[in-house]
Amino acid sequence: MSNAEAAPIPDFRDMATERFDTSMHLANAARQADERGYEDFLIVDVDSHHYENEASAEIAEFIDNPILRHEVKYQGISRKGITTGFGQYQELGGRVTRYPLRKSEHVPETPHRDITLMRRWMDAMGVDIACMFPTPLLNLGLVPRVDLEVELADAYNRWLCETILQEDSRLKSMLYLPFNDPEACLKTIEKYGDHKGVIGFMVTSTRYRGVYDNAYAKTYRALEERNLPLGFHTGLGGQEPGLSTCNRFLTLHALGFAWHNMLHLSNWVINGLPERFPKLKTLWIEAGLAWIPFVMQRLDNEYMMRPSDAPLLKKKPSDYMRDMFYTSQPMEMVNNSKALELTFEMIDAPNQLLYSSDYPHWDMDLPSTIYDLPFLDQAAKRNILGGNAQRLFNLEPILAEHKLAKQAAKRQAAPG
Amino acid sequence: MQEVLICKHGDIEDGTVRIVRVNEYDIGIIRQGGRYYAYRNRCPHQGGPACEGVRMPGVYDDIDENGLFHGQKFDEDDIHIVCPWHGYEFHLSDGTNVCDPKLRLRKFDVIERDGNVYVSA
Ligand code: FES
Repeated sequence: MSNAEAAPIPDFRDMATERFDTSMHLANAARQADERGYEDFLIVDVDSHHYENEASAEIAEFIDNPILRHEVKYQGISRKGITTGFGQYQELGGRVTRYPLRKSEHVPETPHRDITLMRRWMDAMGVDIACMFPTPLLNLGLVPRVDLEVELADAYNRWLCETILQEDSRLKSMLYLPFNDPEACLKTIEKYGDHKGVIGFMVTSTRYRGVYDNAYAKTYRALEERNLPLGFHTGLGGQEPGLSTCNRFLTLHALGFAWHNMLHLSNWVINGLPERFPKLKTLWIEAGLAWIPFVMQRLDNEYMMRPSDAPLLKKKPSDYMRDMFYTSQPMEMVNNSKALELTFEMIDAPNQLLYSSDYPHWDMDLPSTIYDLPFLDQAAKRNILGGNAQRLFNLEPILAEHKLAKQAAKRQAAPG
Repeated sequence: MQEVLICKHGDIEDGTVRIVRVNEYDIGIIRQGGRYYAYRNRCPHQGGPACEGVRMPGVYDDIDENGLFHGQKFDEDDIHIVCPWHGYEFHLSDGTNVCDPKLRLRKFDVIERDGNVYVSA
């Protein structure tokens, strides 16, 4: 009889009965954070999400218009099911388990469920501060009822400010701008620009308004004066006639997310908006990085032949693009290390790139996607993971409680 | 390498998985189709808990000899381990990734003896 046979049955986790819990789901992320010593520096996640549709009933109470309030109460913020919209199966038929299981996760009664869930994943990954965005509302710009966009955006913004951002200094947001109504955009900035946790404003990129329209001048000026960045958060956009031929989510996502930011960024640069609003900082969110060198090369090449199409420019389009900020996720990194390194160089990543996880969505990136890159030095890693965001958004560097505790333990253990 | 007792035969129901700490590894012991498999619970992609997700048959596009598409089908003979973080898929039989066989889950031998199940790790 071997020793093993005499041994007791070891402790185990039975996945058939274990309840879903974000901290357990991300236990391997917490190990990575430990191994890499993330407690030593600030990590800011500039693009993460919550599921505001789970709080539809709460948000409905913030809608002033009784008709729209009734509608949201009746049918919620988003609908589900296989006949819904274009490409609505990002959860991969249950393969990405946090989608079906997240609703069963237990949280204490207070604070708000979204705060608890945000903190659980942030603490596991080593993220100190997270900028949170909605999920289904990213498609609100496509709704033909402009009044609905304005009303619902305002209700969501107010709910987010009063219920979430007010309560937790580690949570931030760039609030939703109802871009189909330029005057309402300006009002939104005036109303919420100084609120705790508001670090900028966001335009959802799946929509049909040219960013160069004079109607937005007041909005851009207001942001510039307040030193608040403007972010463009991209999306699937399967309603586009060409993209609507994508019969697989993979194709739609790979192209659509890049396309909508390519479109608005190109219009932004060629219409000279960086010259018209030179202090306005723009941020391009959730389109990955591979599209940026492509657009730089295309625009530079055509600009040299057609300067009359872009007479406001004083330098090449790629030079303006190098002044812009980009979030990192979903960072394309399968067998392309040379291309990735060149991309980092072309966008001046050590100064302009901002780490983002996109958690809890299916293609989320951990901080290790940046931290483990062999061509970055320690200073560049820390800039991308937090320092650049700290400077861009003028953030107070609040470290997570568990990181501070680890720092203290290390100090105590240090000799002398 | 050391044989470590995991459980009694039958403790793990077919189609389920048990996560066990063996030495420095978290190992997923999977029972599927009456057989046991053991893989390290760490995905070569971003380090996710590969064994904690679902097992599903692979999917194939059914194309006939004339190049016509006849829909997508499950290949019930090729069960995949799906990592729950982002959906990377690995053949249950040997742990290789279905898109790039150079990526694989670390496999451990499973030994059934005298009504007990052991892993060699
Ligand atoms: S970590 Fe396993 S799929 Fe990404």
